[in-house]
Amino acid sequence: MADITSTSAVRDRRETWLEQVPPAYWVLGIILLVIPAFVSPFFMFQIMGWTFILGIISLSLMFLGGYGGMVSLAQMAFAGFAGYMVAIFGDSAITNISQGWPWWLVIPLALLITVIFATAVGWLAVRTEGIYTIMITLAIAAAFFYFTRQNYEIFNGFQGFNSVLPPMLFGVDWRGPYAFYYLTLFWAVAGYAAVLYISRAPFGLALQGVRDNPRRMAALGYNVTAHRVAAYAFAGFLAGIGGILLTWQSSQISPGTVGIAPAIDILVIAVIGGLRHPIGPFIGALIYVILKTFAVDILIALGLAGERFQLVIGIGFLAIVFFSPDGILGLWEKFRASRNRDPLTGQERGDNPL
Amino acid sequence: MRRFANAHPVWTAIIAFVLAILLWMIFAIWPPGLKDAIGSKKIFLSALFNGVTLGGLYFLVASGFTLIFGLMRNVNLAHGTLYLLGGYIGFHAADITGYWLLAFPVSFILVGICGVLLQVLVFRRMEGEDLRQTLVTIGISIVVADLMLWGFGGDFVNISPPSWLSGPIETFFITAQRSNGDLVFMKYPMVRIVIFIAAVVLGIAMWLALNRTRIGMMIRAGVDDRDMLSATGARIQIVFVGVFAFGAGLAGIAGVVGGTFQSVAPGEDIRFLLASLVVVIVGGMGSIPGAALGALLIGLAEQFGSVYFPTYAVVLTFLIMVVVLAFRPQGLMGQG
Repeated sequence: MADITSTSAVRDRRETWLEQVPPAYWVLGIILLVIPAFVSPFFMFQIMGWTFILGIISLSLMFLGGYGGMVSLAQMAFAGFAGYMVAIFGDSAITNISQGWPWWLVIPLALLITVIFATAVGWLAVRTEGIYTIMITLAIAAAFFYFTRQNYEIFNGFQGFNSVLPPMLFGVDWRGPYAFYYLTLFWAVAGYAAVLYISRAPFGLALQGVRDNPRRMAALGYNVTAHRVAAYAFAGFLAGIGGILLTWQSSQISPGTVGIAPAIDILVIAVIGGLRHPIGPFIGALIYVILKTFAVDILIALGLAGERFQLVIGIGFLAIVFFSPDGILGLWEKFRASRNRDPLTGQERGDNPL
Repeated sequence: MRRFANAHPVWTAIIAFVLAILLWMIFAIWPPGLKDAIGSKKIFLSALFNGVTLGGLYFLVASGFTLIFGLMRNVNLAHGTLYLLGGYIGFHAADITGYWLLAFPVSFILVGICGVLLQVLVFRRMEGEDLRQTLVTIGISIVVADLMLWGFGGDFVNISPPSWLSGPIETFFITAQRSNGDLVFMKYPMVRIVIFIAAVVLGIAMWLALNRTRIGMMIRAGVDDRDMLSATGARIQIVFVGVFAFGAGLAGIAGVVGGTFQSVAPGEDIRFLLASLVVVIVGGMGSIPGAALGALLIGLAEQFGSVYFPTYAVVLTFLIMVVVLAFRPQGLMGQG
């Protein structure tokens, strides 16, 4: 979504890259950096940390779905796979399986194996299109879930691994609320920037071309399959980062983390936020986390049964996808378009009020 | 079949060889060496029977799914929800009236009505929008699953078949030979055999209806080219609603069958949605014979897997899907 007019020849001197950052980013960045001074540790660790993590995993889905046109339900499986790899090669309470290797070996290795796994799944999934992709990735996610639940030699079956902790790097406890908040914030911003950068780089533009018209791209000499598989590999990398952070946050990984409901939740988050822009997944994740955390309290406050919170989330999701296929971002764009329209004539206004 | 044999002589030979071995294993009295290697024949036969009857159940669920997808390109991820709803409706119908057989028509009609509502209220508004259909039906299945948990509770319920169907019957398959020369015949639950035969009859009836009747002709024409069919004056929306109602009703019947075979409980909706997804991916989208073949393969794989390699039974199912996708992305019986 590069804005062509802003790079026109009107600008007479080269701006430094700092000046090119839109003001909205400055405001958001400063708010996010100083938030820890005002809120409770619970809010930072549970709400914001979880939001960033789910946002990163959904971002990988947004990248595949929004730029590649491939909606994959296997993203949570990739994330969980990375978490499992960290637990297996690193430290956990299950000492007879965990290898206890140092973190600088474990984390790159986990991400590498996750990327290989994602590439293999991608190679399989890109043989199909559209709705078939959704079904096949859903089936793969389910197979991974059942496999982890039944395999005791490597994945430790139903219990999974607990006490999977981040390394004590620089003498900081990375599971402390402040440290964890900044850790997840860093990776969320890095992932966001990476997706935004790739979407404007040649690879991302070619990927969007493949999404819009694969036959024409193939005729132009692009290798359509390779672009799609590469998109899966990158999305697997992103999801892997999110998965490792998720494992550290809850300090455990088990089949319940990679089940079918969490896999669908990732799709729900990405769609609620909107698949058009990388900020969407983070908006969706914030809404989802707040709903998930407080829906029970709200329901009880309204005098209803607290265990019906799944119903509230489901109805909210249903309403959003039914009325706006582009999620919150789509609603925002509609709102802006209607602001830009003269209420009497229904014509577009000549001057932009925003 | 002859065309297939001419086109793929090697594959035909392999399939014939496997079938011959299978037939020998079913009917022969096993030599002791084989018994030592893979266990008794009784285990093998019961896995085979369980697999085939489970395949019948999967066929009931998946045929509705594949019919709806093949004709309307509607992606109905709430199909498992329809199955579970049918199970609960059947359980309560049988519980209140006391007639097991009554559960089937009640479930068929009520779940069919739900299907009509889905088609009219949801799918007609978003024709051709795959992703939106997927998301909306996922949303519906989340909401309805929670409503069912609320209304019917979270317990396992079991639909018990009537007395004339319960209990085992003796089949003519030999499981072993006693030392005094007597043959031991296999016993198998009557209700499973009856339901499997019913599923086969239903499958053949569907195939005949699709290939020999006027409505079937319209449906097949709709699968091939929807716009052309409506241009010739067929009232395609009515056909759509009818097919959706029938497919949903089949899922409802399958719910009753599943409740009799196994049990009805929250979570079964996702299990059967996945099973029908895998079945139609393996068999080929939109093909009734493909659904039958896929259901048989997956049912057998699940049962044999859980008997002979219990840890990796699910992975076996998945492996079949991967192999089919790798070599025939359109499914075993799919076109294109």
